[in-house]
Amino acid sequence: MSLIPYNRVKLARDSERPTGLDYIRHIFKGFIEFHGDRRFADDHALIGGVARLNGNPVTVIAIEKGHTAKERTYRNFGAAHPEGYRKALRLMKQAEKFGRPVICFVDTSGAYCGIGAEERGQGQAIAENLMKMSTLCVPIISILIGEGGSGGALALAVADRVWMLQNAVYSVISPEGCASILWKDSSKAEMAAARLKLTAEDAKSLGVIERILSEDDIGKKEFYERIRALLAQELVELSQDLDLVGKRYERFRRIGVDAVNKE
Amino acid sequence: MALINFLKPKNQLEEGGRSAALVQRDEGEPEKKCPNCHKDIPLSRLWANRLVCPCGYHFRMRARQRIKMLVDKDSFHELFAGMKAGNPLNFPGYRDKVENVRAASGEEEAVVCGTAQIGKQDICLFVMDASFMMGSMGSAVGEKITSLFEYALEHRLPVIGFTVSGGARMQEGLLSLMQMAKTSAAVKRHSDAGLLYLAVLTDPTTGGVTASFAMEADIILAEPGATVGFAGARVIEQTTKKSLPKGFQKSEFVLEHGFIDAIVSRVVQRKYLAELIKMHNGG
Repeated sequence: MSLIPYNRVKLARDSERPTGLDYIRHIFKGFIEFHGDRRFADDHALIGGVARLNGNPVTVIAIEKGHTAKERTYRNFGAAHPEGYRKALRLMKQAEKFGRPVICFVDTSGAYCGIGAEERGQGQAIAENLMKMSTLCVPIISILIGEGGSGGALALAVADRVWMLQNAVYSVISPEGCASILWKDSSKAEMAAARLKLTAEDAKSLGVIERILSEDDIGKKEFYERIRALLAQELVELSQDLDLVGKRYERFRRIGVDAVNKE
Repeated sequence: MALINFLKPKNQLEEGGRSAALVQRDEGEPEKKCPNCHKDIPLSRLWANRLVCPCGYHFRMRARQRIKMLVDKDSFHELFAGMKAGNPLNFPGYRDKVENVRAASGEEEAVVCGTAQIGKQDICLFVMDASFMMGSMGSAVGEKITSLFEYALEHRLPVIGFTVSGGARMQEGLLSLMQMAKTSAAVKRHSDAGLLYLAVLTDPTTGGVTASFAMEADIILAEPGATVGFAGARVIEQTTKKSLPKGFQKSEFVLEHGFIDAIVSRVVQRKYLAELIKMHNGG
């Protein structure tokens, strides 16, 4: 791949790209959506429910951006409010209760930044997911399919396996945000994108993800079949692991350790 | 003036909130202007009152000043002092920036960790420092806080943490983001073992720190007037093109919305925290 990092960012944001719902429809059978966080509202940017993967029940959670202008507005452009993260948490606890694995599809520029989101505790909602996911007693696989924007993406990605589409990006801050803070110039986003090391290859070499999924046949039948097979195979392995939670702890525990100088 | 030479601290907030305290001035004594009441307050007076203005305004405080003010005399033993940021992404300019900040702040990283006693009770303590890259969390901050919770779990100690942070440190990219997950997992293990974690949010506590260990404590306290939030107020204003409500993201606002347990003036924190620790140590 010769795409410069900022072109990856643009590709990851492309409205033609398959969204969370596309993956759910093509990979699983019999998706039944469950709404609401039981506390405040139903967040349209974050969807979830149960479905079958090769016949076996799984809990599926996805951030949905929509394709058309109308859909994208309805989905708040894939920027979830606290109630979205709380719905995800509710469904994950439900999965744990009934012994179902959890599969998340992540595609967000970030958790929504707005007055209501702050009033209802966006930070607290994300924090609670990070904590609970770290000890959830069922396998979790998260796939970053487009944008992996900061805490809003991580809140669905404290998983046993994290995979990324070849042109998905995963970053602590948007390149525009980074450029505007560091150089007071959001037009330098291209430079920021290169420096933030936000591509799938970067994430893999930093030990943040396990697998990169090829996009050569993105959106085609074979593409979804391949992901379905990989998920099924990985879940067999994970469900036999007697130290799932311990290994998940170690998975995150070691990230960044080499980046610290110790005396 | 040495910090331990405290006069009996007085705080006008505790005495009914009147801000009309008379300020005694010595000739030529250095003063600091309070951004809230706009009065010039003699530094000695401020120090005697833990950097709280007679009007109640809390000035920012350095990590080591806070530790000295808070814990029993000579009880603090620093842990993980040797853990410092590298430059894992070879981010241009980061190394120089860190070196400059180290020289200016006298700190090696944005958090100081250790063990201490408060009211003769053993605790683990972390205190973040805004003068080190605005308390941003990179790999070293995440590693230090994670290590502290693991140490506290191993020794079955409560943790008290003072947060101040602009969020994740972007010069370490994804590795900074992952520290949110790593610290949260360590907090969870400590919590699941039945151990107490008290957080005190100080000005400002935002971004990735709010969305991880700041909001994960059993009891979450905040200093008066501290900014506590996830997204930056300016960004929210630009994104939503709405004017923000009065007192938006101030600790009083966050308390009203149900996300913190109490607002505690710095002047009474030592007693307050000691009593809470005591209540969880079997009374």
